[in-house]
Amino acid sequence: MSSATVEALPAHQPGNTEEMPAEHYLNDGKTVFSWLGTLDHKRIAILYMVVVLLMFLVGGTFALLVRLELLTPGPTIMDALTYNRMFTLHGVIMVFFFMIPAIPGIFGNFMLPLMLGAKDVAFPRLNLMSWYLYVLGAGLGIWGMINGGADTGWTFYTPYSSMTPTQILPVLMGAFVAGFSSILTGLNFIVTVHTMRAPGITWMKMPLFVWSIYATAVIQILGTPVIGLVMLLLTVEQVFGFGIFDPARGGDPVLYQHLFWFYSHPAVYIMVLPAMAVMSEVVSTMSRKNPYGYKMIAWSSLGIALVGFLAWGHHLFVSGQSTFDAGAFGVISMMVGVFTAIKVFNWTATLYKGSVTFTTPFAYFCGFLYFIVFGGMTGIAVASVSLDVHWHDTYFVVAHFHFIMVGATIMAFLAALHYWFPKMFGRMYPEGWGLVSAVLIIIGFNATFIPQFLLGNMGMPRRYYQYPEQFQALNVASTAGASLLAMGFLIIAIYLAISLKYGKVAGPNPWGSHGYEWLHTQSPPITHNFHGQPVYPQAPHDYTGPVEGEVTHAA
Amino acid sequence: MQPDANASPFGPNYVPVAPGGRAPGGKYPWATHFGTPNVQTYAARFGMWLFLSTEVLLFAGLFVSYAVYRYLYPQTFALCSRHLDLSLGTINTLVLITSSLTVALAIHFVRTGKNGMATGMLIVTLLCACAFLVIKYFEYHHKFEQGTLPGRFYTYSGIQTEGAPMFFALYFLTTGLHALHVVVGMSVLTWVTYHVVKGRFSPVYYTPVELGGLYWHLVDLVWIFLYPLLYLI
Ligand SMILES: [Cu+2]
Repeated sequence: MSSATVEALPAHQPGNTEEMPAEHYLNDGKTVFSWLGTLDHKRIAILYMVVVLLMFLVGGTFALLVRLELLTPGPTIMDALTYNRMFTLHGVIMVFFFMIPAIPGIFGNFMLPLMLGAKDVAFPRLNLMSWYLYVLGAGLGIWGMINGGADTGWTFYTPYSSMTPTQILPVLMGAFVAGFSSILTGLNFIVTVHTMRAPGITWMKMPLFVWSIYATAVIQILGTPVIGLVMLLLTVEQVFGFGIFDPARGGDPVLYQHLFWFYSHPAVYIMVLPAMAVMSEVVSTMSRKNPYGYKMIAWSSLGIALVGFLAWGHHLFVSGQSTFDAGAFGVISMMVGVFTAIKVFNWTATLYKGSVTFTTPFAYFCGFLYFIVFGGMTGIAVASVSLDVHWHDTYFVVAHFHFIMVGATIMAFLAALHYWFPKMFGRMYPEGWGLVSAVLIIIGFNATFIPQFLLGNMGMPRRYYQYPEQFQALNVASTAGASLLAMGFLIIAIYLAISLKYGKVAGPNPWGSHGYEWLHTQSPPITHNFHGQPVYPQAPHDYTGPVEGEVTHAA
Repeated sequence: MQPDANASPFGPNYVPVAPGGRAPGGKYPWATHFGTPNVQTYAARFGMWLFLSTEVLLFAGLFVSYAVYRYLYPQTFALCSRHLDLSLGTINTLVLITSSLTVALAIHFVRTGKNGMATGMLIVTLLCACAFLVIKYFEYHHKFEQGTLPGRFYTYSGIQTEGAPMFFALYFLTTGLHALHVVVGMSVLTWVTYHVVKGRFSPVYYTPVELGGLYWHLVDLVWIFLYPLLYLI
């Protein structure tokens, strides 16, 4: 190893009773303003974490209420309008305020500069503003939900959304404002990747997390303005009745669907690409092996971003699209599967002859692999026009996108939360409880959504308040699964909260990872991340030799 | 390379500051999380271009809607297009192109250290923007009187073919959103002018002037597309 390396911090040795570092970003300033006015990307990440988790709690609670209502064929705990509001609330919050900002907002913000050897993101003030916009958007959305509450579903389809007696305007504005936040985050990340890389980090030496977050940012920048415009058009439609999407005035509701899905299909990749980003890191660290096919994993992220923009028509198979269009969109949608498969094969090949440590993040990686393969394969199935005509708007589709979009994202979110918890807070979580809750969550997720695949295939339409008797058994199974899921999350919340204060001190690199973010920083990092400017002569995730200064030990 | 508050490795013209910090008149405020001031300038420009690309996509949604409805109602759209005031539209186009020239000149003058000339050019730009809005006001006013308005407000009896209210819906949406951008651009340029007068910019540091100018060019460019689509074809 060349002497150009800034002295790497010694790796953690198991069994040590270490002290937390005296100075780190968490204790650098204790006032409320030192948090709410912070420009430090790590503190902004924590701010994101607080609100994102809150949103997850709210969205999850409404999911549980929806599942409870569906426990019996008739009315169970709420009336039909309330039920419509509940699932709309669940969708809007989970999509716009949880899944889209979750991984980029928290882990992107925290890790990107650490992985690039930078002191901060390119535009720290824009970064803080982006958080405020997100909070404003989320606040507006929730306020709107309490006062009036939209009942259109998160897709706001016209013409119903311009006729509904409920108040969709505040919710629309909430999503609109949160969109700005998403754009600014994406812009910031792209510029950061271009300009803030430390000496030695060339494009082909960027950690795979960075590549995937970069691809995400491209989608955020190119897609989000269009949904912004759609929200504006809907607003105008609601308030002034311009008739853009109103057939009675010569408008075309299908145009709405096109514009909406032009963003909202790629939005799926705003959620899934960061998930893939996390997994590329976790799999390499936990198997102590260089990622198999680094370049393929990197380029396939951009491939997904590109192809993802050309696939939106698969939401319109039964909306009067021409047969040719439907076929073309179907084939392009399947190409997303090709790029995803490249990643899946590469991750799996990375494990081959690796030295796997079966930690909680790795358990989530296994869950992720399962959800992305199973969810992806059902995705190929619904991308086939003839099959989709049967499944369209049934629970099969609901189960499909929960598998691929939610399953994958949740797995990655939890993996990231556990994998980087020591880096962010300097302490370890209890591994045993981590594995228990991972098993609960993975089983709970399956128990929730496999019945929904079956229900959908049997013809149960989504979003219905009541259903025929013969569907009850599977609905009960689904609700039971959902409560298992909730239990898993509850356990995680409890032990992570305890670990924040009482967890074992982690040391700078408890995983013995060779990922850039672990190399030259303490845990938790100091406010300026590094002492001096680190350089990176080694490729990321390079396990062919020990990192300088590392004490070799069985991880 | 830990920057000292007083000394900068890039010479006295480059003052190390915290992110978003200010430097004394005419000096370059080097935010030290960037490797060099050059990188910082590059980042600022690059960020602005990315932002402009989001603006382009925002308008792209409207252009797509225009294309769809023009395809559905070709005759009506041609007819309605004849109904707009071509001379006012043309004057406005010339006004905006002039303002783009003057803002470009303003950047040129700041770069060559002629802040007085730059201020003048920025003021001309702002006056052009005002003129544009005033003319737009008269155009709007005429439509309100005539009843050539979107959707359910359409009361004009001159064109009764299907799709006429849609043309005016798109007319008001595109020009309205554009006018909003004109107003935002004016605020940005007013801020820039204020700081040019205050002497904050110099041949060493003129990034905000340049970025403000870029934004204004975009506002202009959108109109360059709107003008033929609405008034000419
Ligand atoms: Cu889709």
